[in-house]
Amino acid sequence: MTRFRRRQMWAGLAFVSPWLVGMGAFLLYPIAASLYYSFCDYSVLERAYHIGLANYADLFHDRLYLRSLLNTLFYAGLSVPLGLALALALALLLNSGVRGLTVYRTIFFLPALVPMVALAVLWLWIFNGEYGVLNVFLSRLGIPAPGWLTDPAWSKPALVLLSMWGMGHAMVIFLAGLQDVPVHLYEAADLDGAGWWSKIRHVTLPMISPVLLFNGIMGIIGSLQFFAIPYIMTPNGQPARSAYFYAMYLYDNAFLYLRMGYASAMAWILFLLILTLTLLSLRLAARYVHYEAG
Amino acid sequence: MQARTPLARTLMHLILLAGSCVFLFPLFWMISTSLKPVEETMLSPPRWIPSALHFENYAKAVAYGSKALGYIPFLEYGKNTLLLCVLVVSGTVISSALIAYGFARLQWPGRNALFGVTLATMMVPFPVLMVPMFVLFKHLGWVGTFRPLWIPAWFGSAFNIFLLRQFFLTIPRELSDAAVVDGCSELQVFRHVILPLSRPALAVVALFSFLYTWNDFIGPLIYLSDQRMFTLSLGLQFYQSQAGGTEWHLLMAAATIVVVPIILLFFLAQRTFIQGIALTGIKG
Repeated sequence: MTRFRRRQMWAGLAFVSPWLVGMGAFLLYPIAASLYYSFCDYSVLERAYHIGLANYADLFHDRLYLRSLLNTLFYAGLSVPLGLALALALALLLNSGVRGLTVYRTIFFLPALVPMVALAVLWLWIFNGEYGVLNVFLSRLGIPAPGWLTDPAWSKPALVLLSMWGMGHAMVIFLAGLQDVPVHLYEAADLDGAGWWSKIRHVTLPMISPVLLFNGIMGIIGSLQFFAIPYIMTPNGQPARSAYFYAMYLYDNAFLYLRMGYASAMAWILFLLILTLTLLSLRLAARYVHYEAG
Repeated sequence: MQARTPLARTLMHLILLAGSCVFLFPLFWMISTSLKPVEETMLSPPRWIPSALHFENYAKAVAYGSKALGYIPFLEYGKNTLLLCVLVVSGTVISSALIAYGFARLQWPGRNALFGVTLATMMVPFPVLMVPMFVLFKHLGWVGTFRPLWIPAWFGSAFNIFLLRQFFLTIPRELSDAAVVDGCSELQVFRHVILPLSRPALAVVALFSFLYTWNDFIGPLIYLSDQRMFTLSLGLQFYQSQAGGTEWHLLMAAATIVVVPIILLFFLAQRTFIQGIALTGIKG
């Protein structure tokens, strides 16, 4: 090894040394330990002892677990596509050459800045059954006002509505993607006599499909871990556990019932679910997503 | 893509204006409620603009005394949050930049494999790490202190390392080679060549780690138990009374206090925000 190479090696290791500690202690060790705990009965107070696959087997008979899983899939299944559609629609409108783009962009992005706890208490007030302003609007429009957070049928849709208000990140990412679509493609489509919709369908959507894929995967990952907002707005998943989500049950198992092994098994199933859905999206993407050469 | 006919343009403006009203309304309602006397929060039909602006609601919110919980030290929460933000932001920026330099600009055996592992760890969701981290910090005696919330930030974070590495790779080699020929050590190259050229990327990392810390709820929820050590995010939920009888005007004043610094920061650093989101979105 030359002196130069040796110098580079020591310098390189010195620069990354904090990460060797950080990744080992705060990522690799917890990952391994979590996998180990998931096969154990472990309460932190006593030593962990191995119980094989019992945690995983128990989960499939745990009705509250299945409930929280279904609630979460329902929430993700509604909030991700609706949020993407709204973010994309707004980004398309903003990208159509309207004047005041930056002002509108700021307005639609602002809600995404609101810290989650503030967002939760603000919407508790808006959804409030007695004095909530949302139902005032609805009754003026002659729409029967649901009980939102007190009605098991409406608690999840209420949370979906709130999540759509905060779709600003996805919109800004869409907008950046739209601004990268080469103008000559639209000019060529114009020459072919393409209308507004067929330009969106055949030029815009294929060109921004990688962005759509990215936002979709981020949306899935985020919504499956939905926690702070329902923890505050619908404590214990009330009413009737209709808004009890996966991460809430995981948290309760770990820190309320001290069933750390059980919680770890839940975490690994969540991880596998996220991985599966991500890989499925990528598979789907291989068929539909268009990557510009170069 | 341009809308050409005047009718289409007017229509689009109308849709955007209506949408803007819908998106701004909740924030307007938060501020409006925060300035009302308590009777006006319970009117039907509601009063849109307070009859008089009751700024003293903010003073009351800061020194709010709830019967069940006693005095809520909101100013303490603010101080705790700012302290954590300073510790996390400085730790994240310094450590991630150093580590990213090691990955981007130096040759050493095992580098690419380790970088691959770093990228793979980004896939692991927080709930997987949550339980063992708690156990680890409990054994270290850190639970109930701020340490679990800021010390890990000083050992790098995978996403920020990735972001900064990509940025450092775009800086021309000739610049650092010239500095090495002039007798600079790697640390000097890092400080005097790479860092000054990377200000936009460092600003993005600083901004996003600030937002993360300001907003974080689950971290403080897991690790903090003494009420005087809570952060704003964790403290805010106490204004809301589970048993009903929430004083909404005070809760909205407290929520406004948590939201406004972030919105001010956005207006001060709008370009960094938008670039950062686009950068993390498209290149991430």
